[in-house]
Order: sequence, then C-alpha cells, then structure tokens
Amino acid sequence: MSPISLLGELGRAILNMLAAFGRVALFALDAVSHIFRPPFYPREFGIALLNIGWLSLPVVGLTAIFTGGALALQIYAGGARFNAEAVVPQIVAIGMVRELGPVLVGLMIAARVTSSIAAEIATMKVTEQIDALVTLSTHPMKYLTAPRVLAALITVPALVAVGDIIGIAGGYTVATQNLGFNPAAYLKNTVDFLEARDIVSSLVKGAAFGVIAAIMGCYYGMSSGRGAQGVGRATKGSVEAAAVLILAANFVLTGVFFSL
Amino acid sequence: MIRMENVHKAFDDNHVLQGMNLDIPQGTSMVIIGGSGTGKSVALKCILGLIKPDSGMIYVDGKDAQKGDRDAFLARFGMLFQGAALFDSLPVWQNVAFRLLRGSLKRPADEAREIAIEKLRRVGLKANVADRLPAELSGGMQKRVGLARAIAAEPEIIFFDEPTTGLDPIMSGVINDLIREIVTEMGATAMTITHDMSSVRAIADNVAMLHGGVIQWTGPVGQMDASGDPYVEQFISGSAEGPIEAVR
Repeated sequence: MSPISLLGELGRAILNMLAAFGRVALFALDAVSHIFRPPFYPREFGIALLNIGWLSLPVVGLTAIFTGGALALQIYAGGARFNAEAVVPQIVAIGMVRELGPVLVGLMIAARVTSSIAAEIATMKVTEQIDALVTLSTHPMKYLTAPRVLAALITVPALVAVGDIIGIAGGYTVATQNLGFNPAAYLKNTVDFLEARDIVSSLVKGAAFGVIAAIMGCYYGMSSGRGAQGVGRATKGSVEAAAVLILAANFVLTGVFFSL
Repeated sequence: MIRMENVHKAFDDNHVLQGMNLDIPQGTSMVIIGGSGTGKSVALKCILGLIKPDSGMIYVDGKDAQKGDRDAFLARFGMLFQGAALFDSLPVWQNVAFRLLRGSLKRPADEAREIAIEKLRRVGLKANVADRLPAELSGGMQKRVGLARAIAAEPEIIFFDEPTTGLDPIMSGVINDLIREIVTEMGATAMTITHDMSSVRAIADNVAMLHGGVIQWTGPVGQMDASGDPYVEQFISGSAEGPIEAVR
C-alpha cells in the first residue's frame, strides 16, 4: 500500500469516526428533547423504571458487596506495608463513593440494560415493529427512547447510592469480622471522612452513566442492520460503546470534580 | 386517491424505483405484483413516509403526502405487515387497540378492549385470544391479529404487505377472503403487494406489474390474463423464459 493510499485510508477512518460521533450526538439531543415534549408514555416509563432500576438491584448489590470486601482486604494489605492499616474505613468509603461505586454500577448497567435495550429495539426493527409504530401514529423516539433515557437518568443514581452503601457495608463486614476493626469506630471514621461533594460526584456520575447506557442501547438498536446478525452486532456494539463512553466520562467528570 | 408521479428511490447503487407512476382511485383495491426485490415494499413505504423518495411526487387526495400534519395523515392509514409486526410485549387486545389507547384517537381502556374484541371476531378469532401474547399464536392467527389492528381505527386506506406469505393455501384463502370482505364492507381504498397470484385474483380490482423500477402494465384484474404484456404473462405463468431474468 502506497503512503498516499495509507493516508487516504487513515483520513477515511477518522472521518467515519467523526461522522459516527456526530450521529450519536444528534440522536442523543433528539432523545433528550423528546423527554420534554408530549405525548408522554407513562406505562412505558414505569416498565423502564422497573427493568432498569428495580431488576438491576441484585446484580448491583452483589457486585458492590464483593468489591467493598475485596477493597478492604487490599487496603489493609497495602497499608500494612507502611503501618497505615487504620485508613481502611476512609479509603473504602472514598474509593466506593467517588470511583468504584459509580463505575461498577455503570458497567453493570451497560452489560445488563444497554444490551437488553439494544437487542429489544433491534429485534423490533428487523421485524418491522418500529415501522408499525410509525404507521400507528406513534413516534419511536417518544415511545421507545425517551422513557428509557428518563428512567435511566432517575434510577442509575439511585442504584449508585445503593451500590455505594452496600460496598461500604462489604468493607465494614470484612474489616470488622476478619481484620479486627471496631465496628463503631469503623462507622464513625467512614461518616466523618465522607464529604457532601463525594456523594454529589457519585450521584452525578450515576446520572451521566445512566443516560449514556440508555442512549447507546437505543441508538444501536434503532440503527441495527438486518437479521439475527444485525441484532447481534447492535447488541455487541452498544455494550462496547457504552462501556468505553462510561469510562471516558468517568475520567472527565473526575477531573471536573477535582478542579472544583 | 393515491397518485405516485415519477418516483425514484435508490439505496447506494441499487436503483429500486426508477420513475414509478401509479394511480389508485378511491374505494378500489389495487394489487401490485412483481418479483422479489423489485421495490414493491419500497413503493408502499414511500407512500407512508417510512422511506423518503429521492425524487418524484406522491399525492393522497391531491395533497402532497410529505407535507402537512403527519399524525392526521397516518391516522387515515391502516397497514398489515408481512410478518404481522405485532408488539411482543403487549397482549393481543392491546396490539389491536394500540391506536385507541394513545394519541388523538385515545378512549377509555374498557371501550378500546371491546372494540379490539369486536375486530378480533371480525377476523375470525375468539375473544379468549385477546389476553394472549403474540408469541403464543400461530402464523395465521398473527396475520389475523395484524389485520384486526389494521382495521381497528377504521382507516380510509389500508395497505397489505405480502398478506399470505408463509401461510398454507387454506389459511391464505381465508386471509384473502377476509381482506376482500373487509375492504368492500369498509369502502376503503386498498393497496396490496404480493407475488401470490391467488391473492391477486381474490383481492384485486386493479393490478399493476412492477419490474425494473417502473410499472410495466396496469389494468383491471379481469384483463390481466389477456394483457398481452410479456412481463405479466411470464409472471402469471411462472415461466423461467421471458423478459424477467430468473436469476437476479
């Protein structure tokens, strides 16, 4: 391959990537705008709340409790190298609330919810159910996307809060049962150390990750190709994109909260 | 009532419609025939606005179909999709009454359910089907539910996309008869796309043969067998010999 054609391929790839970003951004703007414009579909919103929020609780809880427990063990082992074992409650609390809670919940939502939204909408597309919605005077963005994005915006921060609490509880259980920490002192240290902005940053990250997860699921579902392969590609692509965007957004938001 | 003028539509370098012209008078049943991949579904979706034509004009009642109030425009149409396109997550009655449960035609749930059950009866299904999910129904029953949904809001114009595909000959006959009866009874304008000649004879007032992106022949169904058009003759006979290439 000549240098010119190599440069051409590189340019084409960059242009395609920028075009994809543009399409996703326009889709996201459209989706968010439909949240505020009637008609509204409360039944679909209720179902989305249940699917995204309530039914995600078990996986979020289990992920958080094991992570909190492992984090306590790691901090204890690491801290022991310079006689700082006592910082376990503070580091578990800050690690879970500011970083691990939102990120792990975000990734779990990407795995569980984004994939499910993408597969469901993509299947609707290949079986002409989306076309059927249009012929029945129902806007697919209002009926399918807006309720899911709004539900994710509301429920994922709540899931993050639950994940933070359960993660801290996991660290507390390991620290008090295995590492000899005093339960009352552990709780006092945790509460004293956490600041309001730690909790705010956790919830803001949760809201952002929820919107990313729902929008990527809807976008990939709506732009799915034909047949089973199209549905498979849409599902895989949605989870990959959501996970990468959640991690990138986490980096950006962490930077923003650091600078405040 | 429906007029397509010089409609073009291409997907990349695949020029599906290349200047399609068609007139469907009010209250008549037009059946478009043609081989697979000739653009029958694309033509239908262009009228509904599900696909935007590259050029050309589509008029419904003399008005540009791409302008004006979209909800009001779509409220005039009912459509039976090839695979029925029922919403998996909703029970049968909510599929049938979908339009009656939301939007401008919204009415109380009890009333909508009554109408749905009445429409299900009209297509030969019992009331006990109403609470089942689409996945629990056979292909023929799904088509009937799709037909009930298409007529639930009593539209002026009904589109049927391959209504008998995938059904056995007996069920195909039942669906064809239902379509003919319903269209006549409602006085609706109908457009059906199919390559099933038994459907054509059962449903059509007029027939149009689509090939090469244009209407090759159109006329009353009674004149179809003596049309003298080589495309129509080959299509009716199902012969591999003729102007339509067997390998496409």
